[in-house]
Amino acid sequence: MGAAGLDPLEVVRALLDAVPGIDIESGLTELETSILFEIRLPRVVLGAMVGAILAVAGASYQGVFRNALADPYLLGVAAGAGLGATIAFSVTQQSTLLAPFAFVGGLGAVVVTYALGRSVGGRSATSLILSGVAVAAFATAVQTYLLQQNVETLREVYSWILGRLVTVGWSDVVELLPYAVVAVVVLFGARRLLDVLSLGDDEATALGVRVSRVRGIVVLAATLATAAAVSASGLIGFVGIIVPHTIRLLFGWSYRVIVPLSLLFGASFLMLADIAARTVVAPAELPIGVVTAFVGAPFFLLVLRTMRGPS
Amino acid sequence: MIVWSDVAVRYDGKKVLGPVSLEVADGEWVGLIGPNGAGKTTLLKTAVGVVAHAGSVSLGGREKRPGLDMAWMPQRPHLPEEMGVADYVMLGRTPHLGYLAAETKHDVEVVRLALDKLDLGEFARRPLGTLSGGEAQRAVLARALAQEAPVLLLDEPTASLDVGHAVEVLDVVDDLRRREGLTVVMAAHDLTLAGRFVDRLLLMSGGLLVAEGSPEDVLTEANLIAHYGAGIRVIHDPEGPVVVPVRRANGPTPDPAD
Repeated sequence: MGAAGLDPLEVVRALLDAVPGIDIESGLTELETSILFEIRLPRVVLGAMVGAILAVAGASYQGVFRNALADPYLLGVAAGAGLGATIAFSVTQQSTLLAPFAFVGGLGAVVVTYALGRSVGGRSATSLILSGVAVAAFATAVQTYLLQQNVETLREVYSWILGRLVTVGWSDVVELLPYAVVAVVVLFGARRLLDVLSLGDDEATALGVRVSRVRGIVVLAATLATAAAVSASGLIGFVGIIVPHTIRLLFGWSYRVIVPLSLLFGASFLMLADIAARTVVAPAELPIGVVTAFVGAPFFLLVLRTMRGPS
Repeated sequence: MIVWSDVAVRYDGKKVLGPVSLEVADGEWVGLIGPNGAGKTTLLKTAVGVVAHAGSVSLGGREKRPGLDMAWMPQRPHLPEEMGVADYVMLGRTPHLGYLAAETKHDVEVVRLALDKLDLGEFARRPLGTLSGGEAQRAVLARALAQEAPVLLLDEPTASLDVGHAVEVLDVVDDLRRREGLTVVMAAHDLTLAGRFVDRLLLMSGGLLVAEGSPEDVLTEANLIAHYGAGIRVIHDPEGPVVVPVRRANGPTPDPAD
């Protein structure tokens, strides 16, 4: 499958061959083996990690903000990372600076959102989300201006914004891994507290939960990991909203179920979406963000209709 | 013992409570009464620790531990529609669980007992959204009981209950308080009902305590008319005062929306 035309059966044999203790002749040439292990496999692993991070971070955001539409993108991660990437392309014109600029942009936007939210509305979740909307609008405006002034970068920036899993090999995976591990450990640890937070800040406080601290830690872990994922993959939309909600509709309200299943479904969803992105118009590729929305939106509506429809 | 010393609360610079100083003895049941906006809910919230206040609320010299010392039944609890009753009551075990710990057999047993005490056994798996007002109220009380805290803070626990269920719920509270030595502080609008159950009534008005004592001492026509401002008659019954509203003879008909 794919532009390089590897035979699926031979790929399976090659993968088994790589497992210590198993020795099988795969039938792949040396070049094909290296395409498999140095290009295809890291891309699949990266896709799984990005999908898992986006879905788990989205689920956690929905929990701490008690808002069905919350995900890290809402507090400005997406717009900030987009601005960072645009600056990297249009001002510095060095695409190697893309990932660090996107990372800093994404985190910077959330820090500004937090500072603004605190100054206007104390610790209220609504004022935080509204500040996120304002910061995102501002970052998008600056980004649009920069793009308009540097039309020649439009295509590259746009392709990044739509999301892509083109890797240079295992280094992307290794760079993302620590963020993914920390986020998953923290967010898995917090999943019972997310259920408590569904009672509201006051009742959770009365049950001995330090609400602002929990919210701060969860937001920090989810945001860091999302910024790292976005800087590796571009703005893959929809995963953080659609995956947790599909799970919620199928398996119920509890974050003790939603968080672990978001990890599994998010990883699988993005791996499948990437297969579609690579094969549908092969040898060209579709932006993976287009695939996730194109497949995800109708599927989500289908689930919504089935679960909420007249019964 | 729970002690409020010089507790005062301001919202936007406007004083809504206090200063109030008050002691409630172990095992005592105190009722807070007073018109809307008198500060009853705010006084309870200062004990829960969900409202910023001057002064201190302590447990007879000891710092209170959030969740472990006080169980709070709010006036308008959040009831996530899809959450099952047993899962909801289990959230009451949160203060006993470490941040990362899972519940034990003991927690499950405590939840089962709390459900039994409030006759919710058959509702254990029902989503909260499908309960009637009275059933939901009992679920909230069950969650408070599952906390196994020595102090129970009830904010209008009978507000949405018919008279039969209201008496039933307060009987459960009374029974628990006697058997397990719970201290209860309850805000109430139903003066007659409150008078039947509590040891001591505190009348609040304008954020201050204006009268306190036994139900007979506090539920007088003079007190109630002065602070509620309505036509009120108190009838004396062997079991305690009965507070009945009276239409003003020559005044305008009271607005039913009031």
